[in-house]
Amino acid sequence: MADYALQAARVGLGSARTQPGRFALRALVAGMVLFALLWILVIAEPFPESGLPTWRTTTYGSAVDNPGGFLRILLDAVTFGGLLFIVASGFSLIFGLMRVVNMAHGSFYLLGGYIAYEIQQEMTGQGFFIPGTDVSTWEWVAPLLVAAGSIAVTGLLIQQFLLRWTQGQDLRQALITIAISVVIADQVIAHFPRHVPSGAVQFGGNAVSLTWPGWTDRLVDLHVAGVQYSLARLFMLALGVAMGIVLWLWLHRTRTGMVIRAGVDDRQMTSALGVNIQKTFAIAFVVGSALAAFGAVVGTSQGNVASGQDGQWLLNSLVVVIVGGMGSLGGAALGSLLYALVFTFSAVYLPTTGDNCCTQYSIVLTFALLALVLAFRPQGLFGRVG
Amino acid sequence: MSLRLTSQTAVERTLGLVVLVLLAFGPLIFNDYWVNSILTQALLFGIAAASLIFLSAYGGMISLGQTALMGIAGYIIGNMVTERLPGGESKGLALGWDPTLSLVLAILITTGIGLLLGAVAARSSGIYFLMLTLTYAVIAFYFFGQVTQFGGFSPIAGINQYTPGWVGDILGHPDKLYYIALGTSLAVFAVMRYVVRTPFGISLQGVRDDPVRMSSLGFNVPFHRTLAFGFAAFVASLAGILYVWWDGQVAPGNVGLGTTIELLVMCVIGGLRRVEGAWLGAFAFIVINNYVRNVELPLLGGSFNTIIGLIFLFIVLVSPDGLMGMWSRASKLLEGTGSRRAVETQAAGRGA
Repeated sequence: MADYALQAARVGLGSARTQPGRFALRALVAGMVLFALLWILVIAEPFPESGLPTWRTTTYGSAVDNPGGFLRILLDAVTFGGLLFIVASGFSLIFGLMRVVNMAHGSFYLLGGYIAYEIQQEMTGQGFFIPGTDVSTWEWVAPLLVAAGSIAVTGLLIQQFLLRWTQGQDLRQALITIAISVVIADQVIAHFPRHVPSGAVQFGGNAVSLTWPGWTDRLVDLHVAGVQYSLARLFMLALGVAMGIVLWLWLHRTRTGMVIRAGVDDRQMTSALGVNIQKTFAIAFVVGSALAAFGAVVGTSQGNVASGQDGQWLLNSLVVVIVGGMGSLGGAALGSLLYALVFTFSAVYLPTTGDNCCTQYSIVLTFALLALVLAFRPQGLFGRVG
Repeated sequence: MSLRLTSQTAVERTLGLVVLVLLAFGPLIFNDYWVNSILTQALLFGIAAASLIFLSAYGGMISLGQTALMGIAGYIIGNMVTERLPGGESKGLALGWDPTLSLVLAILITTGIGLLLGAVAARSSGIYFLMLTLTYAVIAFYFFGQVTQFGGFSPIAGINQYTPGWVGDILGHPDKLYYIALGTSLAVFAVMRYVVRTPFGISLQGVRDDPVRMSSLGFNVPFHRTLAFGFAAFVASLAGILYVWWDGQVAPGNVGLGTTIELLVMCVIGGLRRVEGAWLGAFAFIVINNYVRNVELPLLGGSFNTIIGLIFLFIVLVSPDGLMGMWSRASKLLEGTGSRRAVETQAAGRGA
């Protein structure tokens, strides 16, 4: 349906938009991207020691002025991209194979983060704030496994009981998962967090965080521009890359993966060839849901998890797959990287004017990224038409 | 496509007339709480829901961006009309402009933004359109929260003190707002009925049914979708303005995912196929919202949202086209007992 519409829309546009117009648009976009790069490299200025900030004033100044700051931001972006990829690849996998837009993906993230937190609290028995050195690798991996397992089961139940018999009605399925996300969001507020600091009042949906294993709690000297960088963040990137490799191997080197790719291309034909596509759907949903929880454990260890983040992570997943293209692993990777770069750099390198200290324009640039990609490739960078 | 009145439409017209008469004398019949809170709120959210259902029923596009557009209109009004209080810290730009001018500008700018957003989304459809418009909603939420010049995370309050002179004091006379909301609802309903009968409306429905055929017939499919989205943005801006007059304030929460889903729940309860369902769904939602607030579910616990979520789930599973769909099927069943009139009703139902 959607693909026909895309083609139809293209036919319509072909006559409406002339070649010179298209060229002008491309030139404009290229100019904007060039300006953004120049801005970061040379134009931006650090906060002046005396006098008022100008339109060129940013937190760090240009990359030429402050290469260390630039490198740190670049690493922040890439490592955040690793986390984005873990969460969004699950969303993309489910969508690519089953055409189900799992609007509860952010809720799975939320629930996964809280479950992992409770398990870690239970295991360490330290109470709320745990010093990093007190957490062994197992005390981080066990919460991860439990959270991923519970969310995988939740996903499987939802798929089997609610989505299986509504197959093919993609809007109805989106509505079903929205309903589930409403229930989960409310249930999280009602029941989590269970471990609170002694003496504090239990308040539903409060922010809590996991603790990375002790060995990641140090800075690594990169020997470039004197930058010391958090090992935990590098570990986060490594997890994202590892997950990408594992998923790629799974999809391209195993029989299940082959069936999934066949299903993405042509569901009916795959089914007609005698493949049990229902089993494949269930597997994909389990893996996709578990990835949301896995991402939640990583994200909660680096930052925190709190009621309301479900919407944010749904947005993150949506932007990544809309930019990268639905159901494509490479698209999810590229989309994560692009989104993370835009998000992180615009938070630091946009001008900070004096009297509006707290304004963040990064969301505007996120939207610009989305609009740009859609203007040229409505199916996303790696998406296929037809 | 017979123009004969079937008994379903006859019943509907009678019911509609009764409801209208009841609403016209609303303040005489219902107590203040019902008029000011439930009915006014249902009418204004009904307008927003109607903009969503219009796009869904006639354009085949389910837009989750309508609350964002409502919020944009509310924010424009809030920034333009409020005045910087002496000594006090006031939120937003606090331009202190003329309320009538601000009203017109809010509608125009929101419609313009709607056309722009519609143009970005026009080449996608179905589930892609839903996802894209959902990102609009979430982005609007963060935009208004993070760009502190326009307000920041705390609300711009006291907007309802600055109504245009020809509207008058709605704080002291809430019935006024009720009648404005009622009048706007009727106007929106009538305009929508009219628009779908114009050549534009007919070709929009063609685009809904078969975009490929329409574009090979020479119709510009994205242009039709963009225009429809712009029209829906115009309707949503009306709802947004009524909302800030009713609530007096606007905050990022009004644009957030929660509100977006609430509006969608209203539409799904009413039914995504018929515009009348908008007001029905909004009314049902707000009544449930008011009277189930303190009920706690056994076992699950949680608040009202769990109940709303479960009701939403139930309706989507049982009757995807909501209460209006249930009504259509029920009346067909009643009529269809042993006569050939059921067939005619179906034909007429499609024509209506």
